[in-house]
Amino acid sequence: MSVLVWVLVVLIGGAGSVLRFYVDGLVSSASGRDFPYGTLVVNLSGSVILGLLAGLALAGDAALLAGTAAVGSYTTFSTWMLETQRLTEERQHRKAALNIVVSLVLGVAAAALGRLIGAQL
Amino acid sequence: MVPHPDGQTVAAIFAGGALGTLARAALAQAFPHAATAWPWPTFGVNIVAALLLGYFVTRLQERLPLSSYRRPLLGTGICGGLSTFSTMQVEILKMLSAHAYGLAAGYAAASIAAGYAAIHLSTALVRRVPVVRGSVRR
Repeated sequence: MSVLVWVLVVLIGGAGSVLRFYVDGLVSSASGRDFPYGTLVVNLSGSVILGLLAGLALAGDAALLAGTAAVGSYTTFSTWMLETQRLTEERQHRKAALNIVVSLVLGVAAAALGRLIGAQL
Repeated sequence: MVPHPDGQTVAAIFAGGALGTLARAALAQAFPHAATAWPWPTFGVNIVAALLLGYFVTRLQERLPLSSYRRPLLGTGICGGLSTFSTMQVEILKMLSAHAYGLAAGYAAASIAAGYAAIHLSTALVRRVPVVRGSVRR
């Protein structure tokens, strides 16, 4: 594992986080703040792409850079949990439960879809 | 947040995201695991990131004066880069493909329960400290 690969991990990780910020901002401003659609769109789109990379059977540095660094930094678990907890605090229990279930079910489905596409390529 | 941020915000997100991603990638490389083993690296970074995010966001929103770069750096950057949703979903998918249904269900449930509890705990910890006079409360 060369130094260059880790420099790329750092740069790609920064870029993936900035992309998440923009996509979340765009979706949130278009959909309103009733429900955390921004994070949902980020996480589902990232799951499709990571599933696709799994279908392509990337390994080694390619998997580290494209999967772990790029898609891994783009998606977020912590914000998903924060937004769910804040919905509960606002007594929006239905939305909080929906945010968990929809993200999880569609997340696995998105990854499966991506893997299916990747395996065909 | 409106998607017209200033350069400082974007730079803070980039720097934090780079750092969080480096930590997560290093752990993933150091502790590889089989598809049917508990994904400790992902589980660990996700719960730690949730703990930190609850702490940072609550403190920044309810205890500290307004700051233009702290939330992007610490929250969006470090915690967002450190945690990952997509890796967790692909790990669950691989468990399901390997017919490890109990493991998949247990991993999903434990991640969500621990992640939620982590946010709740760090939020409560910050709120136990009284608001300092002169600091901005949302």
